[in-house]
Amino acid sequence: MSLKKSPWLLHYDGSSCNGCDIEVLACLTPLYDAERFGVINTGNPRHADLLLLTGSINHQNEEVVRNLYAQMPEPKVVLAVGICATSGGVFADCYNVKGGADKVLPVDVYVPGCAARPEAIIDGIVRALGVLEQKRAAAEAKK
Amino acid sequence: MKTTIVPLGPQHPVLPEPLSFDLVLDNERVIDAVPSIGFIHRGLELLAPKRDFEEYVMIAERVCGICSFMHGMGYSSAVESVLALPVPRRARQLRVILAELSRVHSHLLWLGLAADAFGFENLFMQTWRLREEVLDMFEETTGGRVIFNIVKVGGMRKDIEDATLSRISSRLTAMKPQLKEITDIFLNDYTVKHRLSGLAVLPEAEARELGVVGPMLRASGVVSDQRLGNPMYEGLRWEAAVEKDGDCHARCRVRVKEIFQSIDIIAQAAGAMAADGIAAKIASAPNGEAFYRAEQPRGEAIYYVRGNGTRMLERFRLRTPTFANVPAVVKLLKGTELADVPTIILTIDPCISCMER
Repeated sequence: MSLKKSPWLLHYDGSSCNGCDIEVLACLTPLYDAERFGVINTGNPRHADLLLLTGSINHQNEEVVRNLYAQMPEPKVVLAVGICATSGGVFADCYNVKGGADKVLPVDVYVPGCAARPEAIIDGIVRALGVLEQKRAAAEAKK
Repeated sequence: MKTTIVPLGPQHPVLPEPLSFDLVLDNERVIDAVPSIGFIHRGLELLAPKRDFEEYVMIAERVCGICSFMHGMGYSSAVESVLALPVPRRARQLRVILAELSRVHSHLLWLGLAADAFGFENLFMQTWRLREEVLDMFEETTGGRVIFNIVKVGGMRKDIEDATLSRISSRLTAMKPQLKEITDIFLNDYTVKHRLSGLAVLPEAEARELGVVGPMLRASGVVSDQRLGNPMYEGLRWEAAVEKDGDCHARCRVRVKEIFQSIDIIAQAAGAMAADGIAAKIASAPNGEAFYRAEQPRGEAIYYVRGNGTRMLERFRLRTPTFANVPAVVKLLKGTELADVPTIILTIDPCISCMER
């Protein structure tokens, strides 16, 4: 239950234009205040339950993203925020862009938008909490 | 001497964006800093030959989500000078207003991140609370919070009514006391001064030698601002914000000054709007080349376009302010304490997605 009440969030900027990143940060500041759902932005993947990716995957950050995901404890949920993290967006044709976050990670929740609006991001986080709870229950049932 | 290498980034709590430094340390002292870049590189300059030059404004805006408007404007202005388009005065005034509004939002964003970097989280939250009011103004006039799509080659896509402009200007003026309350903390608070004063000093000669730009250069006592002499700013009364000390606190002071200055510029521009339409008609495709220099919140950005008479540009090149300022950071980091490293990196107002494009 505690997982659902206070999920910790790790944000990594793939190759985003910053638009979605500052909206993610704006979610945590007074007007939107995602902290009222218990969300805390952590810098340490080992503390995180949610991995929030903005921007697309490119040749250099692919390894970093895999690494961050591997370091997170189970159960964990991945959110792809913004159209770049979903499919590559306007940059899909660029030579260094491989595509959306699902090229390397199993994505659970997609948040659309360019840039994704804070309301949409918060909605995505709340949905991710549901997925997190399902994953936890499934792990529990296996025991 | 035994040294340790500490990697900072690409994922680090204080950096919202991936920038990576390998710090060579002797105990707590930084001896060398080796940057590695490319984590955000997309290669969007090479999209220019694949897209229609009018469509490419959308891509140019997405170079960076913080100065998105200015990137769109810089690209459009460069293409306009190849085409020799007469951009209506009203469109240029609207550009000035949105550009200065972008500067207010960007500097508030930086002040917040800087406060977060030196561990003053409350100040970060309060600064971003004020920033939201500026974003409301963007949303009201352009429809977007960070990416606007309002600028186009030849002028503006959408007009903003005079009444809305003067309302924005009076709302900004009404914000001044609140802004002053917060910026006074940055200027006078003992803790803030203690963290920033005398830290990472960049003397004028070195600043020139390293080719730094923007608030970083002005904080070292150099009067350099691309808005000076730009015909868009003709008839507006303002002067470049300059400080002498060249340390982190001076850079902070320059940005605080510029927030208030931008509000004054907006008030002047909004009070004297022309009524000669918002866009010039494009009759041909760009043939030839042109440079355009714009003063972004982070400093001078240079746009280069070359067309060959078709709808696709042959080349688009962009040099961004962070790219010019990173060599200075590498230099400033040497000899400082490890605990000051995040503050010094943030002091240039790094925008990595601009830098790597």
